[in-house]
Amino acid sequence: MAELGKSAVPKPRVDEESKGFWEACGRGELYVQECGDCGALRHYPRALCPECLSADVRWRRCSGRGRVYTFTVVHQNQAPGFRDKLPYVLAYVELEGEGLRLLTNIVRCKPTEVRIGMDVEVVFDEIGSGIALAMFAPVD
Amino acid sequence: MSGLADAAIVGAYEHPTRWAPNETQFQLHAESARGALDDAGLSIRDVDGLLSSGLSPIGIMALAEHLNLQPRFHDSTNIGGSTFVAQVLHAAAAIAAGLCNVALITYGSKASSDRFAVGTGGLSGGDPPDQFEAPFGPTVMNSYALVAQRHMHEFGTTPEQLAEVAVTMRRHAGLNPHARYREPITIDDVLASRLVSSPLHLLDCCVITDGGGAVVVARRDRARDGRKPTVRILGGAESLRHTAMGRRDLTEVAAAQSGPLAMQMAGIKHADVDMCMIYDSFTITVVATLESLGFCGRGEGGPFVSGGRIGLGGELPINTDGGGLSSNHPGMRGIFLVIEAVRQLRGECGKRQVEDCDVALCHGTGGMLGLRHSGATLILGKGD
Ligand SMILES: [Zn+2]
Repeated sequence: MAELGKSAVPKPRVDEESKGFWEACGRGELYVQECGDCGALRHYPRALCPECLSADVRWRRCSGRGRVYTFTVVHQNQAPGFRDKLPYVLAYVELEGEGLRLLTNIVRCKPTEVRIGMDVEVVFDEIGSGIALAMFAPVD
Repeated sequence: MSGLADAAIVGAYEHPTRWAPNETQFQLHAESARGALDDAGLSIRDVDGLLSSGLSPIGIMALAEHLNLQPRFHDSTNIGGSTFVAQVLHAAAAIAAGLCNVALITYGSKASSDRFAVGTGGLSGGDPPDQFEAPFGPTVMNSYALVAQRHMHEFGTTPEQLAEVAVTMRRHAGLNPHARYREPITIDDVLASRLVSSPLHLLDCCVITDGGGAVVVARRDRARDGRKPTVRILGGAESLRHTAMGRRDLTEVAAAQSGPLAMQMAGIKHADVDMCMIYDSFTITVVATLESLGFCGRGEGGPFVSGGRIGLGGELPINTDGGGLSSNHPGMRGIFLVIEAVRQLRGECGKRQVEDCDVALCHGTGGMLGLRHSGATLILGKGD
């Protein structure tokens, strides 16, 4: 079984616009942003709402449940941090409620068991320096 | 008729190499430039516009130095493999605006001999979205696989239908003496090749080669000095697709925006198109692009590419040179879409010539299809 994130995957370059998101992940919480003016939801996080350019950012905590929107079982990737973890599952998960899609990995199951539409929930994979990655695992 | 009609393609040249360990990248640019200018009947001293891509961030200056040019218009846009399709539009727009008269577009790459991981390298740009993607292991190849998997799920597209694209390209490559791979393959061969990123097999992926090419775009009055028929620029448009705040429909690609705009500018309908050059980085790219261009309905791309329709002799021949899947793919293939379309419109393709070829549509796709990608559509017509 491929478990990800234990060695040198690229660390996210946390910046001023994203640190709220990453700090929440570090606490084991998943957030998306909601515009305080027009109400548009967005992922990834950024300082201004692309719909109306408002700087009124509200953070909205997600249930962490979702469904696999699409996925691929990756058998070839020579990049450090991935070549020793093949095969791994890259996926977009559509969040329940928000409907937003996140790029992620599906873990804690055999790659061959992953299906589009599968119910999944967030699990946080700590990769050091207080950073945790939001990955998803099948709901039992 | 659009303002682009002031310009025409007057020269085109594909470097025959697929493996050039003993040449430099700029040498491939220069040799390609020489070929395209010879083809146009023009001299390097006539060039007053220089367009290129795949260089270092400000490398256009080094390329101008290498060719000892002092262009008054230049463009080193980089939107991935579609760049050179877009640059024909940029050159034509610059000519229409009076910014230059003879624009040279060059490309050269040693992707194969330098062992550059075109398809399986990760993100490296350090752009803001990368931090939400790179830790999960996206690559060019698997970003296309994400689209293929969704397409199969939503529309019932089959691995056999995708494979038929690769089989057709290989058949065409058999008619191109310069193609990298020319031996016929079958659908079973594609399905039996190893999975690289499900549902894509090795033979669903383009080849990696060295290569080069160049195109000369000039004012039409300059074009008349040329020795060969000119090729008219009927219309074109560009587009970018990204994750759209987390709501992008992955099976609709950038061509859905640029295709209709280009066709409207050209004043043509789908039935007017005699052949297409569709960027075939992967088999799914062709299926999704044809749908988004409107040659068939959403989800109908699998059946559309089946039964020989996109092969020579079929209803809509595609990539008569063998495409990126079999002829060549040095990393940014867009220029070869334009070059083969020019050869078809000039009737130079011999055994792979499309009969009565009056209108050709090129569509380039660049970047990572399931993350961020670009599209550029260019419609070319037989000239005088
Ligand atoms: Zn807003």
